[in-house]
Amino acid sequence: MTRYDTDTAPTPRASFRAGAIAVSPVLLGIVPFGLVAGVAATEAGLGLAEAVGFSVVVFAGASQLAALELLGTGAPAWVAIMTAAVINLRMAMYSASIGSYMTDQSLPRRLVASYLLTDQAYALSLARYQQQGRTRPEVDRFFFYLGTALVLWMVWQVTTVLGVVVGGAVPDAVPLGFAVPLTFLCLLVPTVTDRPTLAAALVGGGVALAAAPLPANLGMPLGAGAGVLVGYALARRQRP
Amino acid sequence: MSATQTAWVVIVLGGIATFAIRGSFLLVATRLAALPATTRELLRMIPAAALAALVVPALLRTDGDLVLLGPRPLAGVVALGIAWWTRSVLATIAVGLVAVVGFELLLG
Repeated sequence: MTRYDTDTAPTPRASFRAGAIAVSPVLLGIVPFGLVAGVAATEAGLGLAEAVGFSVVVFAGASQLAALELLGTGAPAWVAIMTAAVINLRMAMYSASIGSYMTDQSLPRRLVASYLLTDQAYALSLARYQQQGRTRPEVDRFFFYLGTALVLWMVWQVTTVLGVVVGGAVPDAVPLGFAVPLTFLCLLVPTVTDRPTLAAALVGGGVALAAAPLPANLGMPLGAGAGVLVGYALARRQRP
Repeated sequence: MSATQTAWVVIVLGGIATFAIRGSFLLVATRLAALPATTRELLRMIPAAALAALVVPALLRTDGDLVLLGPRPLAGVVALGIAWWTRSVLATIAVGLVAVVGFELLLG
């Protein structure tokens, strides 16, 4: 596995700092997203405790917004839970990828790393690990990851609380709840990278729209499922 | 069940499910940390399909009826353009909110 030169072994503190620095430009995008997570809770008729509950316990932006959006329209709990889980399935991919760099870490450390796993912490840490010893100085893998993930976590919690406060203070004439689909739109754009993902989005949106009158907001999971299948079939045909 | 109770059920069970997904390979299967290519391809489709399934009805079916030329669909098109060009959440939300208020005033 990793073999550090004893003279230049990276300290946990320096590695943590390197991670915190790496994540800082990304935080600009997290701030409005976190605010919307707070606003979405108030728009769904919930309070500060539930908003913070979502952000601390679930700690996954897109799935939090999706669950709140569904709860706000009166969907049953199981549809909201299922939707949140499906949206977060992508993180199994990250878990496998980052896990291959963390086989030598202790179980408590891997528990912490699991809880804090996000798109951003994953992408930044993986990029750094791949550049290790070539173009960038060595860092302690766990503490670099912790630097990116923990700073992001803190900003997420603070902005969620701010979002609840802001959401309550803005006059009702401003349709602040509209910020939720706008945020989804912003997350959607970079996920469409090729024909299969475009097809997944078009079918997902189309089926969800057509199936919207179904009870229990089943249109959403139905649309998502149909989109995934069509996108997958297309991808298989392109690369057999 | 009250709305608040339902929310806590979603928070706790959604949180457990999310943690299980995050920990799947990190905790259990670190030694066989390689997903088959087919699974990888399937997972890759989820964000695009799921997010579109949330966005499209939220924009086109605001009060249960299909509306193609209302303030929200129009503001959505504007916001899509901004999201595409800037990739900025802040710019998209700001322009989108201004657009929806503007279209609401225009279309009365």
